[in-house]
Amino acid sequence: MSAELTKMTLAGARDALRRGEVTSAELTEACLTAIDGADALGAFAHKTPEKAREMAAAADKRLQSGDAPDLCGVPMGIKDLFCTQGVPSQAASRILEGFRPEYESTVTSQLFGDGAVMLGKLNMDEFAMGSSNETSAYGNAVNPWRRGNDEAELTPGGSSGGSAAAVAADLCLAATGTDTGGSIRQPAAFTGITGLKPTYGRCSRWGIIAFASSLDQAGPMTKDVRDAAILLKAMAGHDPKDSTSADLEVPDFEAMLTGDVRGKTIGIPREYRMEGMPKEIEDLWAEGRKMLEDAGATVKDISLPHTKYALPTYYVIAPAEASSNLARYDGVRYGHRAKLSQGDGIVDMYEKTRAEGFGPEVQRRVMVGTYVLSAGFYDAYYNRARKVRTLIKKDFEDVFAEGVDAILTPATPSAAFGLGEMADADPVQMYLNDVFTVTVNLAGLPGISVPAGRDGSGLPLGLQLIGKPWEEGDLLNTAYALEQAAGFVAKPSKWW
Amino acid sequence: MSEIDTETAARVAKLARIRVADDALPALAQEFGAILGFIEQLQEVDVEGVEPMVSVTPMRLKRREDEVTDGGMPEKVLSNAPDAREGFFAVPKVVE
Repeated sequence: MSAELTKMTLAGARDALRRGEVTSAELTEACLTAIDGADALGAFAHKTPEKAREMAAAADKRLQSGDAPDLCGVPMGIKDLFCTQGVPSQAASRILEGFRPEYESTVTSQLFGDGAVMLGKLNMDEFAMGSSNETSAYGNAVNPWRRGNDEAELTPGGSSGGSAAAVAADLCLAATGTDTGGSIRQPAAFTGITGLKPTYGRCSRWGIIAFASSLDQAGPMTKDVRDAAILLKAMAGHDPKDSTSADLEVPDFEAMLTGDVRGKTIGIPREYRMEGMPKEIEDLWAEGRKMLEDAGATVKDISLPHTKYALPTYYVIAPAEASSNLARYDGVRYGHRAKLSQGDGIVDMYEKTRAEGFGPEVQRRVMVGTYVLSAGFYDAYYNRARKVRTLIKKDFEDVFAEGVDAILTPATPSAAFGLGEMADADPVQMYLNDVFTVTVNLAGLPGISVPAGRDGSGLPLGLQLIGKPWEEGDLLNTAYALEQAAGFVAKPSKWW
Repeated sequence: MSEIDTETAARVAKLARIRVADDALPALAQEFGAILGFIEQLQEVDVEGVEPMVSVTPMRLKRREDEVTDGGMPEKVLSNAPDAREGFFAVPKVVE
């Protein structure tokens, strides 16, 4: 029974909780047991069982009184990037070791205000910089999926690798993620779950440890599209503490899931057909196109001419913003401070602290960002990238103006790869993982990854849908139609 | 591929306030070179007359009264400091 409980969807649990068929305490206990049995996945970096039990008890009281928002009593995992009051929040970095925020991020305070139960903090790439969860100070998160009977450990993707592994392995009913260049959608695709990056400004960034502020967005990582709709509604909304959060009504996204896409126009961007793309990915993309056509949508080929420049643009803008955001980790206000030698001054303290506290990928990006912002290079790199970003966004505006409602692309250029497989590759090879997702962050658009098929060795593959700004409801509905047509129900077999 | 020499790598590390050992500089310079070579593609885009993006969603920043809305919690502010004394953050001596 207990193992079955953790397999519930968020919607299923909500309905069962409200009908009194299950209690939050039972659901929470089942998840805590599953988590304790899944240390091999490395998904939970900090477990908070006592807090979870307290929250579940409070939720059960609230359910009895009839005042129960959708998330009331639902056990969730929270990405380590979210500041959670009194609970370690260290962005999977050594430099924030021991940091226990005195405050709660806006997104998590909304979730907990609705009665959601926190099971713990989820593993991720350090400061959300990575595509394989291998840059984490906690060690790797591991994909619950394997290539058939091959025991090689695979990446759950990154940076929200712990979130993806936890949801896919039924350790929690849903999780929060964040996405700066694909960090929700790529791990969702690698683990056979649904992941949504909302429009920039839909969810408050306040209390989420910053990576690249003009690109970062929080979003839901869930077992299906309906759950993504429910969780997005709970996470979204205007927040005076984030000046870039949009003062817009948050619609009832779940109510918009009709599965009817007749009359919708779906664009297929020719620039996303990459040289050397595995045939399985190309076939899946063609199948997705057919599924939406069969559901009554009009599908047409479109062009997004600046696609090729999205990754290089991103690898100027994101490191530039990171170098600025991460300047705050100096060993003074929180986290790690290096042991100093006799006579060391304050600059020695900064330099030693940051050398010890940041891992290699974070150091690399901070330094690249420093370089592109330095005198003499600012115009050639940073300003030029901001101009190309304008052009990338305009590509999307043009196709939307021509009547395209959503854009269908593969979510990733491959299925999950092996942990350690990319160790000898140069950093740029790893960056190519984000080739289909990063445009969406640069243009501030909503994008969703939906599991749609499996590769030859049985690993899940995802398709991505990109929507118009603020139209997550319509996007979720198209994703819902795709989900129904794809009928992806496979689960990883338990080996952990 | 862009060439970055070890001197430049050392200068960037200094600007970023990250201590890098001398013997690690050549490898770092090589990695920079690979990344900057990748970024170099942007030079071929025609950006004549294009405005650099300031905000991805057009929005006017909200204004509010200039008044204190939060504060008065020095203990909380200092609670995570590696070294805090007498209500202050403590750091090594800055001025001789």
